[in-house]
Amino acid sequence: MNVLKVSGLTKNFGGLCAVSNVNMELNERELIGLIGPNGAGKTTLFNLLTGVYEPSSGKIELNVDGKMKSIGGLKPYVVTAMGLARTFQNIRLFKSQSVLDNVKIAMHKNIKYGTAAAILRLPKFYAEEERVQHEAEELLKVVHLYDKKDELAKNLPYGEQRRLEIARALATSPKILFLDEPAAGMNPQETAELTELIHKIKEDFNLTVILIEHDMSLVMTICERIYVLDYGKLIAHGNPEEIKNNPRVIEAYLGEEI
Amino acid sequence: MTVFFQQLINGLSLGSIYALIALGYTMVYGIIKLINFAHGDIYMLGAYIGFMAITVLGVGFFPALLIAMVGCAILGVVIERVAYKPLRNATRIAALITAIGVSYFIEAMTQRFMGTNVRAFPNVLSTEVIQFAGLRISYQQIYIFVTTIVLMLILQTIVKKTKVGRAMRAVSVDADAARLMGINVDATISYTFAIGSALAGAAGVLVGIYYNSINPLMGMVPGVKAFIAAVFGGIGIVPGAMFGGFFIGIAEALVSGYGGSLYKDAVVYIILIVILIIKPAGLLGKNVKEKV
Amino acid sequence: MKKMFNKYNLCWILSMIGSYVLLSVLMSAGIIDSVYQTVVTTIIINIILATSLNLIIGITGQFSLGHAGFMCIGAYSAGVMVKQMPSMTGFMLGILIGVIISAIVAMIVAIPTLRLKGDYLAIATLGFGEIIRIVVLNMKITNGAAGLVLPKMLNFPFMYGVLMLCLIVIINFVRSAPGRACISVREDEIASEAMGINTTKYKVYAFIIGAVIASIAGAMYAGNFYVIKPEMFTFNKSIDILVMVVFGGMGSMTGSVIAAIVIGLLNSFLQNFSSVRMIVYGIALVCIMIFRPSGLLGTKEFTFSGIGNFIKKRKEVKK
Repeated sequence: MNVLKVSGLTKNFGGLCAVSNVNMELNERELIGLIGPNGAGKTTLFNLLTGVYEPSSGKIELNVDGKMKSIGGLKPYVVTAMGLARTFQNIRLFKSQSVLDNVKIAMHKNIKYGTAAAILRLPKFYAEEERVQHEAEELLKVVHLYDKKDELAKNLPYGEQRRLEIARALATSPKILFLDEPAAGMNPQETAELTELIHKIKEDFNLTVILIEHDMSLVMTICERIYVLDYGKLIAHGNPEEIKNNPRVIEAYLGEEI
Repeated sequence: MTVFFQQLINGLSLGSIYALIALGYTMVYGIIKLINFAHGDIYMLGAYIGFMAITVLGVGFFPALLIAMVGCAILGVVIERVAYKPLRNATRIAALITAIGVSYFIEAMTQRFMGTNVRAFPNVLSTEVIQFAGLRISYQQIYIFVTTIVLMLILQTIVKKTKVGRAMRAVSVDADAARLMGINVDATISYTFAIGSALAGAAGVLVGIYYNSINPLMGMVPGVKAFIAAVFGGIGIVPGAMFGGFFIGIAEALVSGYGGSLYKDAVVYIILIVILIIKPAGLLGKNVKEKV
Repeated sequence: MKKMFNKYNLCWILSMIGSYVLLSVLMSAGIIDSVYQTVVTTIIINIILATSLNLIIGITGQFSLGHAGFMCIGAYSAGVMVKQMPSMTGFMLGILIGVIISAIVAMIVAIPTLRLKGDYLAIATLGFGEIIRIVVLNMKITNGAAGLVLPKMLNFPFMYGVLMLCLIVIINFVRSAPGRACISVREDEIASEAMGINTTKYKVYAFIIGAVIASIAGAMYAGNFYVIKPEMFTFNKSIDILVMVVFGGMGSMTGSVIAAIVIGLLNSFLQNFSSVRMIVYGIALVCIMIFRPSGLLGTKEFTFSGIGNFIKKRKEVKK
């Protein structure tokens, strides 16, 4: 059964149609790629799926305990609580906070004490804080940032900031992980390490992953299926081989064949 | 019924003042996204400059008005260069706090040098009143209204038809792009402050004549109300400030006229909150969403 | 229990008790006479106001200029109750009523305005603060512009106790998951929501807690300074509190405490030069924003371990 199903999704901004009639299906434990030229509407699609934008029309359905629930138009924090997590194209870390705190913040929805317990410093507070500390540290170990846990997020080099974003998204205990250009600005060595990391976390955390990327080495290597977007419309869909040889895809990226 | 029309007339005068001050707010906000908290104090300084012009230099209404406008224009430019320019790239809150600091400074300096007491503004305009159909319109009210309309027309001409006006509009939309097109952004911002402050200065002189009294703290409440007027009409939008100013002035006058004078200030604040809830971009404003 | 008495908490408990003892000794020895005691009381109230505003502005990033409105509610709730029931019980009831009213008013204010950003939020809260003041000005029970004349009900130990209580509430909130959530709202609201945090909820929480504590400060004021009038709670008062928060560093609680103390002392020494005081204030605000916008401590806190590290680093550099 699908874990996420998108039907006829459309988003208009005034006169501009950013996403037009998109259909998509994600199945459990799949690694899907979303590619297309700049301005094709890929991030807009992510924003629609994670609740940042409200759809103009169409349906987004998430598999919740066997039933498909419509999540279009729900607020981002609700969507995250239902199991969708994301990273951002332009890194949006909590800059003045430490690496560890960035991860702890993302664990918020699973923290089992409330404001009253916090103010009164009830035993539940201390117990949960210790659990959160431990789990956050474990997540940092997964992305190899444990030794920098007390460093301020803004002081991390670019590649590590991107890894922190991933750790943060993982901290929300997601079922589906949306990665928006995770390899942007990375050299081939870093990209290779990232590819390995994505694979590892997908396996270890039992995730469905969908990523936007321009780096074709990454996409073609790990994606099982690829969706191609151009001017807001889906122009192709298939496995890497099919996409590589699809004339419409080539045209979209390179212009018309001479 | 007479109460209604009388208050409408009173509201037009009050609204003229608010509109003149609101224009300065909206132009500055439009160009550098700053709420110039000190703008109300420029209005106050206009009143004092006009006062000095009349009492010390012995000039009449129009010269005093012009001197005040020029004086305030210069002050506005100086304040911008000294206090706001260094904060062009800072957070909006930092700029707002700086504006608050400038406001305190101006008020305190005026109190130091001119005393904290209320001063009587000399009568340089005729105090005659026209009466018809049970309504009273004073010559002063006509002067205020006509002066305001004339100034607004001049402003509209500047904004729509001159190079400076075009530059102002360009910088409000995208300062960096304007700079790349060869527009001197710093000079344009100074012009904006100059024009906005001149209008506030004019308002100060008009108020001095109308209410016959000035004091160093007179800019606070009208300043906030004029800002509310600018927000109501659509902050950053010139016709919005004009419309907002008259609307707030008339609303306040009507509330006063119908016996609610204790609450007239509260009504203006309530209008602010209502517009911020229903349409924060203001009546004539457009909604701009943040890119994610 | 063992967790509660960890190194961090112990240091702070010791310094709190320490300063209490020091101040009490100085007071009974007459070194801090009745004039200076007024300064101490003012500083205590300032600390409560500054830290509560810092929770809203510095920690959660919501620029509220209406704080004086909540102080007004607290002052008048206590004042009116004390008029009806001139005893400590009456006063305490007044504080409680003030807390309840300000919580309700804060919720009414927060829900429509916290959707707004930056400048708009500032003006909206300023408007609400003024509306509160104008309402109080026009009520019969508050005696309008003439204000209320009240007995001095509170002494130093009580004030200090209330101060400690308020500080503990605020600091415990900040150093916990809800506090972290508020900080994330300040840092990047969009990312915060994406991480599963109901940003509106936490903005409202911070706002209500800040408002309630400001109302307690207002009640403290009413119990100490004999007269309360609506004109004491205009947006100028809100700006006074803002100056303390900015000076100390938006987001730093210890910064607010230090700033409140410094500004309280400065104000009392400059009392005779009141017009100069305002000129200096204005220039100070502009200069701080131009040269050190993060204030004295920025978002960092003054900690004993921080001092320890600082001294260690200096020693290493010297070697």
